[in-house]
Amino acid sequence: MQTLEAILAEHPFFNGLEPRYMQIITGCASNVRFDAGSYIFREGEEATQFYILRQGKVALETMAAQHGPITIETIESGEVLGWSWLFAPYRWHFSARVVQQTRAIALDGKCLRAKGEADHDLGYELVKRVSHIMLERLQATRLQLLDMYDVRAGGRSR
Amino acid sequence: MQQPPVNDRVVVTRDDFQQLFVSLDRHGFQVVGPTVRESAIVYDRLSSVDDLPVGYTDEQEGGSYRLKKRADKALFGYAVGPHSWKKFLHPPMLRLWSANRTEQGFQITPEQPETPKLAFIGVRSCELHAIAIQDAVFMHASYQDPGYQARREQVCLIAVNCGQAGGTCFCVSMQTGPKATAGFDLALTEVLDAKRHFFIIEVGTALGADILSDVAHRTASEEEIQISERIVADTAAHMGRSMNTIGIKELLSRNLDHPRWQEVASRCLTCGNCTMVCPTCFCTTVEDTTDLTGERAERWRRWDSCFTMDFSYISGGSIRSSSTSRYRQWMTHKLSSWIDQFGTSGCVGCGRCITWCPVGIDITEEVFAIRESESPANKER
Amino acid sequence: MNQTTSTLSDPMVPKLYRVQRLRHEIPDTFTLELAPEEVGDIPPFATGQFNMLYVFGVGEIPISISGDPAMRNPLVHTTRAVGTVSKAMRELQVGDVIGVRGPFGTHWPIEQAVGKDVVIVAGGIGLAPLRSVMYRITAQREQYGKVVLLYGARTPSDILYRRELAHWRAHFDLDVHVTVDRATGTWRGSVGVVTRLISRSPFDPLNTVAFVCGPEIMMRFTAAELEKRGVAAEHIYVSMERNMKCAVGMCGHCQYGPHFVCKDGPVFQYSHVQQMLLKAEI
Repeated sequence: MQTLEAILAEHPFFNGLEPRYMQIITGCASNVRFDAGSYIFREGEEATQFYILRQGKVALETMAAQHGPITIETIESGEVLGWSWLFAPYRWHFSARVVQQTRAIALDGKCLRAKGEADHDLGYELVKRVSHIMLERLQATRLQLLDMYDVRAGGRSR
Repeated sequence: MQQPPVNDRVVVTRDDFQQLFVSLDRHGFQVVGPTVRESAIVYDRLSSVDDLPVGYTDEQEGGSYRLKKRADKALFGYAVGPHSWKKFLHPPMLRLWSANRTEQGFQITPEQPETPKLAFIGVRSCELHAIAIQDAVFMHASYQDPGYQARREQVCLIAVNCGQAGGTCFCVSMQTGPKATAGFDLALTEVLDAKRHFFIIEVGTALGADILSDVAHRTASEEEIQISERIVADTAAHMGRSMNTIGIKELLSRNLDHPRWQEVASRCLTCGNCTMVCPTCFCTTVEDTTDLTGERAERWRRWDSCFTMDFSYISGGSIRSSSTSRYRQWMTHKLSSWIDQFGTSGCVGCGRCITWCPVGIDITEEVFAIRESESPANKER
Repeated sequence: MNQTTSTLSDPMVPKLYRVQRLRHEIPDTFTLELAPEEVGDIPPFATGQFNMLYVFGVGEIPISISGDPAMRNPLVHTTRAVGTVSKAMRELQVGDVIGVRGPFGTHWPIEQAVGKDVVIVAGGIGLAPLRSVMYRITAQREQYGKVVLLYGARTPSDILYRRELAHWRAHFDLDVHVTVDRATGTWRGSVGVVTRLISRSPFDPLNTVAFVCGPEIMMRFTAAELEKRGVAAEHIYVSMERNMKCAVGMCGHCQYGPHFVCKDGPVFQYSHVQQMLLKAEI
C-alpha cells in the first residue's frame, strides 16, 4: 500500500519537485472519496481545495436556465480537478458533479497558496504546473469549440 | 526506293518534301501538324505541305504571341504555339462509357475507342520529351490508360530540330533540346539559304525508314551534316530564357511558405491558360451526365486545371481556395513534386506558359526570385 | 453484356452491384450493403481501402469500405449524406443498382501490429474505415497486445455503430472509450475531445501501432498527443481525404504534396505527412 507521498510524487503534476516541497504538499494532502451524484464543489463557492483523481469520473457543469445542468467536460482518473484556488477571486466557476464513485487526493489549496506567497520558488512551481494544465485544457476546449466533426468545420464525409 | 538504314542521315529537297505527305498517306496515316489559323500556329490536320505555315514565324514574349511573315519560305521557321500534341494523345474530351436504364436497373456500355493512325509532323525536341513525360503518367505508373496506350502505339513521330529559339524557350536549361535525340521515327533539320532549301533527315526507327523509302532521298554529306549541327547549336545559344535547375526540387519544397507565392498570386488571374497550353499538364475531371429523360447516362472525361476553385473540393470546401495556394500547387508540382512522382521534371522548357499567361507570369523568373532570396547577400538583409 | 474484359483493362468502368440493405445509422449517416450483379467473387479488399460508388446519372464518390474483409459479400459502405451524390445514394431502395469501382488505395497495416499494442483513435465518421480493422483484430485477438479503441463524436446522438461498440466492449478483451464534444440529455459518459482520452489510456507507447481516422484537425492533434505520449511517428497511421475523380492516379485531383491520396494513400504513415499536415492549403 503506497504512502500518500509516494503516490503524489509519482503523479506528473508534482514531477520534479524538490523533496522539501513534496513534504509540504503531502502535509496538505488527504485521501477522499465521493459518491456518485454528489457534488464536490458548486459554482460560486469559495475554492479552497483541488483534487488529483485516482479513480472515477467527475463532470464539470454549469446551469443553463431552461435546460438544467450542462456538462462542459468530464475529468477522469489521473487528472487534476480545480485551479480556481490559485487565482483571485478564489471561487469555483463551475460545479463538479460526481458521475461515478470517485476516489481522490484532496490538497489544501488555500494553505499551499499562502506557502507559495511566502516562498516564491514554491509559488513559481505551483503556478507553472497549474498553467500547464490550463494550457492543455484550453487546447482541448478550443478543439471542442471548433465542432470539428461538422463538415462545415472541416469534418470528413466518409 | 531503298530503305535508308536506321540512324543514317539523308537529304530530301524542298521540292520533294510533298512526297513525305504522300508516303504517310499511303502508309495509312492521317497527318497532323502546324498550320496557321486565327493569327497563331496551331496543330491540326494537314493534307499537303502547303498547309504548313510556310514563310511564317512567331515572336513570343511574356504574355505576347505575334505571328509574323518571314523574309524566306521556311516550312518550320517558328517555335511552338498554343497547342501541344497532348490534344491528340490525351484528348480534351472523351466519353468513357454510356449507360442505359433497364428493367433490372441499368447497364454500362464501355466506349470502343477510336484510334486513328496519326502522324505528327513538326514535333520539337521539347515536345518529344513532353510526350515521354505523359507516357510515364499514363502507361508506366500503377495503372495504365488503355486509350492513351492505343493512341500512342500507333502514332508516327516526325520531329523537327529547331532552327531558331523562341522568345520564351529554355529547353537547354531543362535538357530537353533543341536537338531531338530519341523517341522519333524521323528527325528533320531544315536548311535554307539564298541558294538551297533542303532537309537533313535522321532515321530513328524502322517505321521512319519505311516512310522514307517512298521519298526521294540521298545520303547526307559530312558538310551537310555539319551545317545541320551548326543550326541546332546556334539555336541552343539563343534561348529566350534560362532556369537554374540545380537542387530545384528541394529549393521549392523548403520554400512552401515563401512570400513570393503571395506576390505572384497577386498577379495571377487563375485563368488556367498555363495548364491548357502546357504539353505535360495532364489533370482531368470526370463528368457524369444524364439526358433529359433520365434513361441514359454518360461518363465523360475532360481536361481540368488545378487553378479552378473546386479542383480540390471536399465536403464543405476547397483545400486550396486561395490563388496563392493554387499557383504554388501548379509550380511546385511541375518543377518539384513531379520528380518524386515520375522521376523527371514535369517541365520541358517550351515557354508556352510564359507566352500565354495574360499577365506574363514567367516561371523562370519565379524560380529565380526564390533562389535569389536564399543567396548569402540577400539572407543578410 | 460482358464487361469483364473491359473492367480488367479499363479501371474507369464500374461493375454493377445491387442494394441489399440500406440502414440509417445516425442523423446524416447511412450504411449500404451491396451484392454483386455478376456471378463471381467480390474482389478481396484490405482494411482502409475504398471503392468509387456510382449512382446512375448523378455521379461517383469515394467511400471507405467498412465491412469485414473476411466476409466480402455483401460489400459494406458507411457514409455521410453531405453532397449531391451521397444524398442521392441515401434515397436508393433495396434492389436498386449501383456502380462500383475498386478497391483502391493503401491499407491500415495491421500486420505491423502483430505482437504489439494497438491504439485506434476514431473521430466522427472516421470510425467507418476503422471498423474493418476492429473486425480483423477481434477475429485474431490473441495476435495483439493491449487493444484500445478511443472514439470521439459530436454529441451522444452522433455515436456511430453503438451496438457494435457495446458488443466489442462486452465480448472482447478491449478498452473501448467513447467521448462526446457536447453532452446532451442523460449522457453519463466522458465529455471532451477525443485527444484527452490518450493520456489516460493503458498502452505501451514504445510497443504500439496507432491507427487514426477523423477530420484532419483531429488527426493532427491526436497524432501530436500520441507522440507526446511516446509513440514514434513511424508507428502512427492516418487516413487522408482529398477530392477524387479517377482513383487511379491520373486525374490529378487527389494530390497531397508529392502523394496521390488514391494510390499512395489514403492510409499514410504519419511520419511521411507530418510536415504537410502543419501546412495550410496543401
